[in-house]
Amino acid sequence: MAAAMPLALLVLLLLGPGGWCLAEPPRDSLREELVITPLPSGDVAATFQFRTRWDSELQREGVSHYRLFPKALGQLISKYSLRELHLSFTQGFWRTRYWGPPFLQAPSVWINLGRSSVMSSQGSSAPLSTSSTPPTQSLPLPPSNPWVWPMTLTTTFCAMLCCRGRWSAPKTSPPGRSSCPVVPRASLISFHLLQAGLSVLLKADRLFHTSYHSQAVHIRPVCRNARCTSISWELRQTLSVVFDAFITGQGKKDWSLFRMFSRTLTEPCPLASESRVYVDITTYNQDNETLEVHPPPTTTYQDVILGTRKTYAIYDLLDTAMINNSRNLNIQLKWKRPPENEAPPVPFLHAQRYVSGYGLQKGELSTLLYNTHPYRAFPVLLLDTVPWYLRLYVHTLTITSKGKENKPSYIHYQPAQDRLQPHLLEMLIQLPANSVTKVSIQFERALLKWTEYTPDPNHGFYVSPSVLSALVPSMVAAKPVDWEESPLFNSLFPVSDGSNYFVRLYTEPLLVNLPTPDFSMPYNVICLTCTVVAVCYGSFYNLLTRTFHIEEPRTGGLAKRLANLIRRARGVPPL
Amino acid sequence: MGLLSDPVRRRALARLVLRLNAPLCVLSYVAGIAWFLALVFPPLTQRTYMSENAMGSTMVEEQFAGGDRARAFARDFAAHRKKSGALPVAWLERTMRSVGLEVYTQSFSRKLPFPDETHERYMVSGTNVYGILRAPRAASTESLVLTVPCGSDSTNSQAVGLLLALAAHFRGQIYWAKDIVFLVTEHDLLGTEAWLEAYHDVNVTGMQSSPLQGRAGAIQAAVALELSSDVVTSLDVAVEGLNGQLPNLDLLNLFQTFCQKGGLLCTLQGKGLQTLLLMVLRQASGRPHGSHGLFLRYRVEALTLRGINSFRQYKYDLVAVGKALEGMFRKLNHLLERLHQSFFLYLLPGLSRFVSIGLYMPAVGFLLLVLGLKALELWMQLHEAGMGLEEPGGAPGPSVPLPPSQGVGLASLVAPLLISQAMGLALYVLPVLGQHVATQHFPVAEAEAVVLTLLAIYAAGLALPHNTHRVVSTQAPDRGWMALKLVALIYLALQLGCIALTNFSLGFLLATTMVPTAALAKPHGPRTLYAALLVLTSPAATLLGSLFLWRELQEAPLSLAEGWQLFLAALAQGVLEHHTYGALLFPLLSLGLYPCWLLFWNVLFWK
Repeated sequence: MAAAMPLALLVLLLLGPGGWCLAEPPRDSLREELVITPLPSGDVAATFQFRTRWDSELQREGVSHYRLFPKALGQLISKYSLRELHLSFTQGFWRTRYWGPPFLQAPSVWINLGRSSVMSSQGSSAPLSTSSTPPTQSLPLPPSNPWVWPMTLTTTFCAMLCCRGRWSAPKTSPPGRSSCPVVPRASLISFHLLQAGLSVLLKADRLFHTSYHSQAVHIRPVCRNARCTSISWELRQTLSVVFDAFITGQGKKDWSLFRMFSRTLTEPCPLASESRVYVDITTYNQDNETLEVHPPPTTTYQDVILGTRKTYAIYDLLDTAMINNSRNLNIQLKWKRPPENEAPPVPFLHAQRYVSGYGLQKGELSTLLYNTHPYRAFPVLLLDTVPWYLRLYVHTLTITSKGKENKPSYIHYQPAQDRLQPHLLEMLIQLPANSVTKVSIQFERALLKWTEYTPDPNHGFYVSPSVLSALVPSMVAAKPVDWEESPLFNSLFPVSDGSNYFVRLYTEPLLVNLPTPDFSMPYNVICLTCTVVAVCYGSFYNLLTRTFHIEEPRTGGLAKRLANLIRRARGVPPL
Repeated sequence: MGLLSDPVRRRALARLVLRLNAPLCVLSYVAGIAWFLALVFPPLTQRTYMSENAMGSTMVEEQFAGGDRARAFARDFAAHRKKSGALPVAWLERTMRSVGLEVYTQSFSRKLPFPDETHERYMVSGTNVYGILRAPRAASTESLVLTVPCGSDSTNSQAVGLLLALAAHFRGQIYWAKDIVFLVTEHDLLGTEAWLEAYHDVNVTGMQSSPLQGRAGAIQAAVALELSSDVVTSLDVAVEGLNGQLPNLDLLNLFQTFCQKGGLLCTLQGKGLQTLLLMVLRQASGRPHGSHGLFLRYRVEALTLRGINSFRQYKYDLVAVGKALEGMFRKLNHLLERLHQSFFLYLLPGLSRFVSIGLYMPAVGFLLLVLGLKALELWMQLHEAGMGLEEPGGAPGPSVPLPPSQGVGLASLVAPLLISQAMGLALYVLPVLGQHVATQHFPVAEAEAVVLTLLAIYAAGLALPHNTHRVVSTQAPDRGWMALKLVALIYLALQLGCIALTNFSLGFLLATTMVPTAALAKPHGPRTLYAALLVLTSPAATLLGSLFLWRELQEAPLSLAEGWQLFLAALAQGVLEHHTYGALLFPLLSLGLYPCWLLFWNVLFWK
C-alpha cells in the first residue's frame, strides 16, 4: 500500500499525446521545476512542481476538449462549480526544528476544499473580483452532504479519505470553505508515470526510501491579465521529498542527482514551456569556498525566501547546451570543507505536541510553542481539532510563557457533539521573544460503544495535529515580486509585507489509547456473569427481603376447620 | 439457596460449620499451600506460546555485526567515565550524534527524604542522555525504547557500548516504522524515573527535572540492558516491576524465541519450585527489579536483560546479544497494536512455562476461606450467645427478633480500631518526619534514625493499653473480644483479597503467615504461645523470614547478624522506594496490615 501511492495526477497530466499540430496557439501551458535544497541538518530536500495553466473558463463554457489539463479534474470543477481545491498526501513529518520552515506546508494528510465566494489567489496582489464569476443557476447545487466530497475525491485520486464526523470549518477561514484538516493514516493506491523531463527522476523505489514524502494538488483560478477581466485555471502538482543524507551519503553531506534518484536528467519534457532545476547554493558563513556544484551553473538567481537571502543555481533543461554535451545531466554538490558537526540553526518558530499523564482515564494535551527570535515577539494562530472521544475540559486550558500566564487575544471554542463533530479550538497567542509557550488542556477519555472501536483498538486513536499560522519576522526585507514571471517555488511563500513572512506549521499527530475492552472475552464474560447473576441474584434477594416465621404445625384437620367456621359465624376468635 | 432460606436446614448447616470448623480450617489451609506447591507441575503449568500475530514467527534476519564497535565504544565510555567520575554526557552526546541520532539531554535532581546508605546518596543530581532514531516517513506517533541504567559504580559500560553499536546499525536501516529511543540514564533507577516522568509530563515523586526537548510519541515497549563484561555465559531476564506489575507475557516469549533462535542460554534464576518461590518473593517485594520496572506504570511493556558471566565454559560475545536485541526490536517494530494479546498476570516456574491467573488464584482463595470460616463461626457464636439467654426460658415466640446483631456492641470496638489505625498512621508518618528530632537527641545518623524509629513505633504498638473497652462499655467480656476478632478477620480477609488481586505474590505470602495465627488468636488458652506465634507472623517478622528464605533459595544462606543487618537495610529501602518511585508496600503494611495485626494482638490480650 505504501509502495503504491498515487502519482496518478502526474499521469493525467502527462498522458496528453504530444506533438499535436493545432491551428490556434495552445491556450494551455506547462511549466516544470525542481528545487533542491540542502537542509540545515544535512539532509537534502527536493521539491518538484508541475504547473498547468489553462486559459479557459471551465465553469462557464461547455468544455469538452482537454489537452494538458486533466479531464477528470476539469469535470470536477465544472460539475460542482468548484472554486479551489487543495489536496495533499503526506507520509512522514516535517521536522521544523532540524529542517527549517517547510516549503510545502502540509500535515500527514490534509484536504481543503475551497468553495469560497471570494476568490483569492495566493501570492497574487490582484485578487479576482466576485463579479467575474457569478454563480449560475443551471449548475448543479454543491453537495450538501459532507460525505460526497470525500467520496468524489476518493474515486478521483484512488485514496481513502474518510473523516470521522463532519468536515469542519474554522472560524477564521473564509465562509463556504469546508476542510478536513487531517485524516491520519489514510491509505492510498495506484501509480502511473510517463517518463519525460523532470519526471524521469520520479523513481518509486528511491522516492519511498526518503524520510519525508508529500504530494499535493492545488487547483485555483488566476487572473489572466492585470485587470482580471477573465480568469485562467491553474493546476499545480507538487511532490517534495527529503533524502536522508546519513543513509544515502554514508555520513557525508555531498549529494548528486544520481545518488539521490538513481537516475539522471536526459531530456526536457517536450510539452513543457519551461523546465528548470534550481539548486540552493546559499553559503551561510560568508565564505564562498565551502561548496561547489558540478556542472557549474550558467545563471544564478537571488531572492529572499522565508526571511533569509538565498542564492540558487539555475539549470535550464530547454537550453540545449545543458544536456547535449554529455547526453545527461547529473548535478552534483560537494562540500569542500566538511561542515562542522554542530547543532543546526534553529528556526524562529517551531512547536512540539504530546499527550501527558498516564492511565486510561484522564490526560492532558500539551503544545509547546518555541519562539527563538532573540528580540521580536509575534502572534500565532493555533487551531486544534480534537475528536469528540477526548472530552476536553476547557476550564483547564492554561497558556504559560516564561512562567507567567499568557492570555490569548482571541479565542474561539466550538464544543464537540458526540459522534458528530469534533472539538474546535482556535486561539491567537502572542509569543514573547526567546520563549517557550505551553498550551495545555486536560481531557477525559470517553468509552466508545463496542461497535465503534476500530479493528485495531489497542493501537490507539489518532488526534490530528494542531495547525499554527504565524507571521514570523524576517531577517531581510523582501520586496513583492511578480509571481507569474519568477520561479514557481517562489509563489509557495506568500509575503504579506517586507518585514514578515507567513509560516504554517503542523505539529505531530498524537496517538491516544482509549479504555478498550478485551474483545476476545465478551462472550465468556457475558455468559458467565449472566449465569452467576441469574442463579445468585434471585435467591439472595429472596433471602434478604423475606422475613421468616415459624409456622405452627397444623393439628385437628377437618373437625377443627369446621369448628372454626362455626366460631367465625358466631363472632368468637378461632381455635 | 433453598438451603439457607429453610430455617431447619440452615440450623443444620450452622451446626455443621460450628462443629467442623477447626478441621475445615486446617483442611482449607493445607489445600491452599498444597495447591501453590502443585503449581510447579504440568497440569497446572502450561507451555508459553506467542499470542500476538504480528510477532508470530521469527522470520527476521539479524545482521548486526558490530561486536568490535560495541567493545570500542564500551572502552571509550569506561575511560571517559573514569576520567570525569560521572556519566560522560558530552562524550555520549557527541557519539550519539555521530551515529546519526537526534540527541537530547535532561538534567534532574532529587533530594531523598533521608540518606540512602545502600547506594550512598542523598542529594542526587544527574543528567540523562537520549538519542532518537526517527523512523522515515512516519510521524513519530509510536516509539520503542532501549535503555541502559548507569549507576554510580563503573558497571554497565558494555551495555552502553552495545547500545551505541546497535544505534549505529539501526540508523542505517530503512525498515523502521516506529521511532527508537536510545536512553542512557544516570543514577540508575532515579534517572529512569526522572526521564519517564518528564516524558509523560507528570510529577509523581517530587523529582525536579528539566523538560524534555524531544519526544517520540507513545512508547510501545522498552528493553533495559545490563551488561558488565565483554562476554556472557547467559542472559538473565527480570520481569518484576514496581508494585509487582508484570509485562505482557508476549514480550517474554519474544525474548525467549530469539534466545532459542540465536542459541543463547537464557535463564530465570533457580529451578522449578525454587524459581517459582524466587519470583514470588521478588514480586511480593513490590520493588522494581531493574529499570524496566518503572516503565510498567506508564503502560509500557518492558523487561530487563542482564548479562551473566559465570564460570561456564561456553560463552557468547556481544554480537550474539546484539542479534537477539536486533531481532526483538525488529519484531516489536512490526507491532500494529500495543502488546495486549497475552497474559498480564502470571507466575513463572521456568522461562518456557507459566501459570495463568485462573490457576494460581485458588491457592490464595483456600487460604482466605479459613478467615471466612472463622468469621462465620464467630458470627454464629455471637448469635447463639444472644439466643442462648432466651432458649432456656421456654419456647421463644415466633415474632422475637434476633437481638444479638445489635448486641455485638460496636461501641466497644471503636476505641481499639481507632488506636490501631492511629498507630499505623504514626508508623507511616513519624519515622521520616521525626528523623531530625531523633538525630538531635540520639547519636545516630538519619537513615538509622528512620529505621530505629520505625522499629520503636512498631514495638510500641504492642505495648499499648488494650483494655479500653472496659471504660466504654460494660458487656459480657466474651462478646467483646469475639466482636473485635470478627471485625479483624473480615478486615484482614478484605485486605488480603484486594492485595492478592493486584499482586498475587504479596497477598499469598502474607496470607500464608498471617492467616493461621489470626484464626487462632483468642484470650484463653496458652496465651504466651499465641503471643509468640503472633509476633512471629507479624508483617515485620514475615519480611525478616522472607529475607532468610530469599538468601536460602539463592544458595547464599544468611547468618543471624547478617540477616538483621539486611533486615534494617530492607526497611530503609522500603521507605525510600515509597518516596522515590512510589512503591506501595510500605504504606500498605503500615496503614493496612499492621493496624489489622494489632487488632489480633488486642484480641489476645483482651481482659
